[in-house]
This record gives sequence, C-alpha cells and structure tokens, in this order.
Amino acid sequence: MTATARHSSRNRIRESTSRRVFRVINTTVLILLALICLLPFINVLAISFSDSFFVDSNQVYFWPKGFTLSAYTYILTRASFWSSFRTSLLRVALGGALNLFFIVLTAYPLSKSNDRLHFRNVYTWYFFITMLISGGMIPNYLLICNLGLRDTIWSLVLPGALPVFNLVLMLNFFRQVPTALEDAALIDGAGHLRTLVQIYLPVSLPAIATITLFCIVSHWNAWFDGMIYITTPSRIPMQTYLRSILIDMNIAEMSADDYELYASLANRTVKCSQIIVATIPILCVYPFLQRYFVSGIVLGSVKG
Amino acid sequence: MTQKNTATHSHKRRRGISRAELPLHLMLIPGIVIIFIFHYIPLGGLVIAFQRFIPAKGLFGNQKWVGLQNFEYIFSMPNTMNVLTNTVVIAGAKIILNLIIPITVALMLNELQSSKLKRTVQTVIYFPHFLSWIIFGSIIMDLLSPQNGIVNKLLGALGTDPIFFLGDNRYFRQTIIWTDIWKNFGYGTVVYMASITSIDPTLYEAAAIDGANRWQQTRHVTLPGMRMIIVLMMVLSLGNVLNAGFDQIYNMYSPIVYETGDIIDTMVYRLGMENAKYSPAAAVGIFKSVVSMVFISASYYVADRFFDYRLF
Repeated sequence: MTATARHSSRNRIRESTSRRVFRVINTTVLILLALICLLPFINVLAISFSDSFFVDSNQVYFWPKGFTLSAYTYILTRASFWSSFRTSLLRVALGGALNLFFIVLTAYPLSKSNDRLHFRNVYTWYFFITMLISGGMIPNYLLICNLGLRDTIWSLVLPGALPVFNLVLMLNFFRQVPTALEDAALIDGAGHLRTLVQIYLPVSLPAIATITLFCIVSHWNAWFDGMIYITTPSRIPMQTYLRSILIDMNIAEMSADDYELYASLANRTVKCSQIIVATIPILCVYPFLQRYFVSGIVLGSVKG
Repeated sequence: MTQKNTATHSHKRRRGISRAELPLHLMLIPGIVIIFIFHYIPLGGLVIAFQRFIPAKGLFGNQKWVGLQNFEYIFSMPNTMNVLTNTVVIAGAKIILNLIIPITVALMLNELQSSKLKRTVQTVIYFPHFLSWIIFGSIIMDLLSPQNGIVNKLLGALGTDPIFFLGDNRYFRQTIIWTDIWKNFGYGTVVYMASITSIDPTLYEAAAIDGANRWQQTRHVTLPGMRMIIVLMMVLSLGNVLNAGFDQIYNMYSPIVYETGDIIDTMVYRLGMENAKYSPAAAVGIFKSVVSMVFISASYYVADRFFDYRLF
C-alpha cells in the first residue's frame, strides 16, 4: 500500500497528457470488465423478482419490473427443491468433514523431514502419482457400482475424500511450523496425535480455513457424480437437480402438478430465482473465501 | 547401523522405524487406504480397455481379452480425429488466453491509483470462478439465447441477424473459449497480482531515479519480477493440453455442434455412460491418461529442474 502511495505522489509531479489518457482508458476498461462479470447476475436477479409478463416481452434489464415474489414462493414450496437442498447440505457437511479428517491426518506425517519419517519419499510418490494419472470416468463408475455405493451419499463423498491438491496445500503449511514447537511437545511427553491437535491445528487455522472453504465450495458445486450415481429423485444434490431444470428441461419427468405450476410462470423467472437461491451459499462464504483464498493459492501455486 | 538393532526387536517389514515414529506411519493408513480404493483400483480397472467387458461379471471378473480391438474400434470411428482436433484446439486456446489475459489485467490493475477501486474490481472479477458450470452455464445460455438473450438484442439493435452462439458450428468453439476465460480470468489475475505485490518497492524507486517512466518501470521491473511465476504457470498449465473442459462443454453443447465442440471427455461419457460401451470408452480414457501423464510429468520435471519448483 505504501508503495502505491509513493508511486502516485511521484506521478502527480510529472504526469504527461499521454499518461492521463492511458489512465482514463485503463480505468474504463477495468470498470467495464468488472461490469461484464457483475451485470449478468444483476440481470438474473432482476428477472427473478419480475412479473413474467415483462420478462416475456423482454422489458427487464437490471431492475425488476412488476415486482413479485411468486417465482420464489413457487420454488420454495416445491418438495423436490428442498430435498435437493437438504442433500447438498448433508453432502457439504459430511464431505467437508471427511476431507478435513483425511487431509490433516495425512498431511501431518508427510510434512516431516525424511529423517523423521522413514519412506517419506515412497509415501509422497504414492499420493503424487494420483495427480499424474487417473482411471477416469468409466472405471470409477464401475467401481462405485461394484462396491454397492450407487444411489447413496457415500458415492458422493468417499471417492474424493482425500483431495491431493489440498493435501499439498496443507502439508506445505505444516512445514512452516517451527520444528522446535514439535520437539518441545514431544519432550513434554505429548504423542504425535496430541501434538497435531494441540500445537499444529491452532497455528494452522488460516490454512485450515482456506482448505475448508475450498472443500465446501467444491462439494456444493459438484453435479456430475450426482448425475451418474444417484437415481432416487429425492437424493439428488442441488446442482444436479438444477441441471435437470435449467439445462435439460426434462418436462417429461415432471408430475402433472409440477408442470402446471411451471407453465403458469414464465420459465425464465423460475429459472433465475433458482440460480439465485443456489448462488446464495457461495455468496455467504465469499467474504471468507476472499480473505483466505489469495494466501491459499499463493501457498499452492507460487511456492518457489 | 541401528538397523540391525531395531530389526531384531521390531517386525522385519518395518526396518528402521523407531517406536516413536510408528504413530506417524499409522496416521497415514486411512489416507493410503482411501487413495488405494478410489484411485489405484480404478487405475487397475483400465484393463477393461483390453477386454470385452461384461458388467455382470464384475470389474475384475473373468472377462474375455481382446487385445487392441477396442483401440482399433475407436480409431476406426469416423469422428475420432475430429474430436481430437476439437480437444487440442479448445484446450490450447484456453491455456494461452488464460495466461495472457490475466497477466494483462493484473498489470492494468496495478496501474490503478485508487486501492479501493482496485480491490472492488478484483473482488468482482473472480466471483464467477466459484460458481458451478451449471449456474454460470445457464446464465450464459440465457444471455446468448437467439430469442431473448441480451447479446442478441444488442446485436439486433445494431442491425445484425440473431446469432445462435451455442448452436452454430461457426461460433461454438469461440463461445466456449471466451466464456471459459470470462469465468476464470479473475482467478488467474489474483495469482499474478500476488506476485506483483511481492516485488520489492525500492526497485521502482531506483528505476524512477534513473528516469524510467511508468511504462518503462512496468517493462523493466514489474514484468521481470513476474517472470518466474509466469513461466511456472505456463509450464504447469501444459498438463491440461487434453482437458478442454468437460463441465463446461457437456452443459453447453448439443448434437448440432458435435462437429466443432465434441471433445474426448464428452465422447467418453456418451460412449460409456449413454451407450454402455465400457471397454471402448476405457480405451479412450487410457489414451487420454497416458498423453496427459507425459505432459504433466514433463512439465513438473521442467518446473523442478529449471525453476526449483517442487510440489511436495
């Protein structure tokens, strides 16, 4: 920040016309970029609160016309919407907890140096290889079927229970914890598990927060596994459910009752209100994401 | 030296592991097991690419071996080369643009005087990155719709006929590439911004004293300061050379645009999940895995060798 201040004071002294022109263009372009990212959402928000008549006649841009909550009351009274919402919440809670458990427990030993953990290189390669090569869609699908996990929540949370990229983030963070702390704890008679829980975890809260947020967001956003593994409609997670409504538009699968309500509202207002409801959880964690995410990705990708 | 000693009173397999160290190894077991089940078993499951797989017999059941027949089948399909081209073109364009655009935007942001505006722009541009392709894709489909999408309304005002961006082979690839940039450029920008803020400010002062203007400072201080991270991101992104983006394309394509938009992953999906041709689909999967592995290994090797970058 001080560096920026220094630059600006320097620039104020000798600012040429061309520089001023550049700055105006630069600022304009950046504001335009920001608007390109923002306006579609505002458009969706406006449509979701508008009367379908104005939406159908293309009159709604960035402010609702004929303000109404009917699209929201419609989706919020639908059982299928709520059941998918519940499934997703369960998935986020269970999946996130499993992720954290596996990541922390695995990252701690791997963060030790080679002389403190024998065969560390072997273990490291064991995990690293999964980032280089994977079986892909078909064997994974067949495995889930063979294990009898199909159509259960476990098919959504177990296959990715240990995300190796996040494991790398965590172990690189653990590595920065001074070994003196560990040594002191071990000399005091604490075991490794206790050292991990009482020493490492408290000092690693920022990293844990980052990783938790990454895991939550990826569980919330996942849709493909829900589409291929889950067959019972009431167990389908939110994004998969939204896919069937927003992209597939599978009217054939709707009950007559559903269809009647659906048709009575303009398609777009219902669509847009569901987009908004599904985005709200991301909006809720976004301030936290912002706070930790920079340090998180810098930790992961910029580590030199 | 101590090995002989410990080997006598601990189990022979755990040579060299002291009792104090044992808990560390035990802690690794859950992770090892879960990775074995959900990564190594599917990897072994790729053998079905060399079999005529019958699901009822199970993943490692007594299947009939057919050698390379599935691979021959794949490469005799008329659209395979097309799919390969689509994949490489789309993935390649995404790799290149996802480097150039975030770097440019980061440099531009760095020139902003108001740190409040800088932060606001940053916050807004990486928001789409955290949305799923379901959400973002359906917003785009709404925007680009030929009937009532805003984009076509604007084009209409300029006197152009409506363009069916997602249903016309002339536009599909471009649309896929640019909407992907749209979703992800903010994320990359943050990475580069982080590397810019870590540049020593005294370098700028020294340059200014030498009479360098802002542009020269950018060229001779900022860009060299970002060089490492730029090259590193470039090298690491090579591993995506066959990842054209399943999540995006699967949700935005349709049979009309298979010609320009069908990629390896969508082809595997349709072969395997929709037509239940598991073995040919696994053959395509093997092909993709092997090529990707070569690229990723090479890129990690280069990153390690020349940039001292080590993941672990």
